[in-house]
Amino acid sequence: MIDMLLEIVDLHVSYGNIEVLHGINLKVAQGEIVTILGANGAGKSTTLLTISGLVRAAKGAIYFDKTPLHKLHAHKVVKEGIAQVPEGRRVFGTLTVQENLNLGAFVSRDSARVKRTREWIHQLFPILAERRHQLAGTLSGGEQQMLAIGRALMSEPRILLLDEPSLGLAPLLVKTIFQTLRQINETGVTVLLVEQNARAALKLANRGYVLELGKIVLEDEAKALISNPEVQQAYLGGIA
Amino acid sequence: MEQFLQQLTNGLAVGSIYALIALGYTMVYGVLKLINFAHSELVTLGAYLGLTLLTSFALTDRMGPLLGILLLAVMVMGLIALVGAMLDRVAYRPLRQSPRLSAVVSALGASIFLQNTIMLIYGARFLNYPHDILPKMTIHMMGIDVPLVRILILFVSLVMMGGLFFFIQKTRIGTAIRAAAIDQGAAKLMGIDVNRVVLLVFLVGPALGGAAGLMLGLYYGQINFTMGWSYGLKAFTAAILGGIGNIPGAMLGGLLLGVIEAMGATYISFAWKDAIAFLVLILILIVRPTGLLGERVAEKV
Ligand SMILES: Nc1ncnc2c1ncn2[C@@H]1O[C@H](COP(=O)(O)OP(=O)(O)OP(=O)(O)O)[C@@H](O)[C@H]1O
Ligand SMILES: [Mg+2]
Repeated sequence: MIDMLLEIVDLHVSYGNIEVLHGINLKVAQGEIVTILGANGAGKSTTLLTISGLVRAAKGAIYFDKTPLHKLHAHKVVKEGIAQVPEGRRVFGTLTVQENLNLGAFVSRDSARVKRTREWIHQLFPILAERRHQLAGTLSGGEQQMLAIGRALMSEPRILLLDEPSLGLAPLLVKTIFQTLRQINETGVTVLLVEQNARAALKLANRGYVLELGKIVLEDEAKALISNPEVQQAYLGGIA
Repeated sequence: MEQFLQQLTNGLAVGSIYALIALGYTMVYGVLKLINFAHSELVTLGAYLGLTLLTSFALTDRMGPLLGILLLAVMVMGLIALVGAMLDRVAYRPLRQSPRLSAVVSALGASIFLQNTIMLIYGARFLNYPHDILPKMTIHMMGIDVPLVRILILFVSLVMMGGLFFFIQKTRIGTAIRAAAIDQGAAKLMGIDVNRVVLLVFLVGPALGGAAGLMLGLYYGQINFTMGWSYGLKAFTAAILGGIGNIPGAMLGGLLLGVIEAMGATYISFAWKDAIAFLVLILILIVRPTGLLGERVAEKV
């Protein structure tokens, strides 16, 4: 059996007394790209936020390389090697691009490494180098998305969690961003991708999960999911 | 001209004290979106602790006026910082997840509690700072004689503000504080311990407020347990004037308010000094509702 990098076991999450995740099981192996598909309100963001510790689990467990994440505070989760590109990007609008990137490396103390990582990110997204002194809030939506990804990479994560990175972007830009995600994955970073753009996500991913109303209803190889009639009907607009 | 320059230096000195107090309001507001009404009482406490330490250790007699007051300021700032951290622990932290109104009520309660405690310990009478601590000398500059204490207050305040500005703008921890003020959740995703950011803000803000209290004692010579109320209100006004939550804004707002007030008192009417200050605030808020430096960039969604 392959060693799992991330393992979610019977995860229940509630907001107040309303349970929105009803026992989720999900695994991501080292080096994989895994996608979570699902309609609005299915619980995709909640799943990612719980991994990162911003939302607490009511029941169940999350293991990252055998470390129980569900017991850690959010700021400690980052140190374990988990970075998230949150829904809606959430860049620090009144800080500069450079300051945003540096904050991504808040947990790393090795300044030479931080510098190297920043140079790599500047190669991935040259626009971030060009705009380094500009306030993040004045970037375009696509540039902000690149900044959010770059910022997450600054902590040199072992796994990158992305919550709808294609949201609100032009198709061409989505393509560029997904190509970059593949490039990032090829350097050894595992990727867990939440998407509504199911077609693009399944083309990129190795495996996928389908989440409906807080439950996993399907899990399979990405190729199989693309040709699955139910998935086509619900998430790919009916046409293969 | 001479009167103008006198009032300008006076306004800058008083304004720099407002600015130091305003920083405490604005930093806490920035991170927690909470107005710490008890901040004004920390200023009062700073003035009283300063007097107690000054008289009980005779610092200025032993070490000379400048070094003595410097040591005094360090002690007062350290102690008030601790009180500030305790205040957060007891009055605000338990209510972090509660509706914002609960924290506001708690802030008012803490303010009244502290004010009464100070009164019970020190009494309701005015107390005097010894008037021979700082040499009564003046310094001749720009054609006028400026009292030494005024220059010292302005100089020390500016140094502290410069230090804070550098810390907030240029250091790793300072940037983390700004990030937490913008989006606590995103800050946590960066690995920032937001609880520690809050603690830091409740150490630094009160320390500056304590220093301001000490300066008020030294400048005016008289202190009273209600003094924090009026200075706190002015400083709060200054924070809003500069744009609440904005650190350079608080500095600018404080200095500006001090000067406007001093000029209004001299050239318009002393009795209307406070009214003029508030009138200016209202006018500026009509033109710029976010304050002078508040939120220059709208966040894109
Ligand atoms: N902070 C919150 N408080 C209360 N309920 C919440 C909160 N956040 C999410 N929910 C609810 O939890 C459920 C799952 O939300 P979640 O944001 O995880 O869905 P999602 O799959 O990410 O949806 P979308 O595709 O629209 O982003 C929804 O019913 C939502 O209304
Ligand atoms: Mg979502």
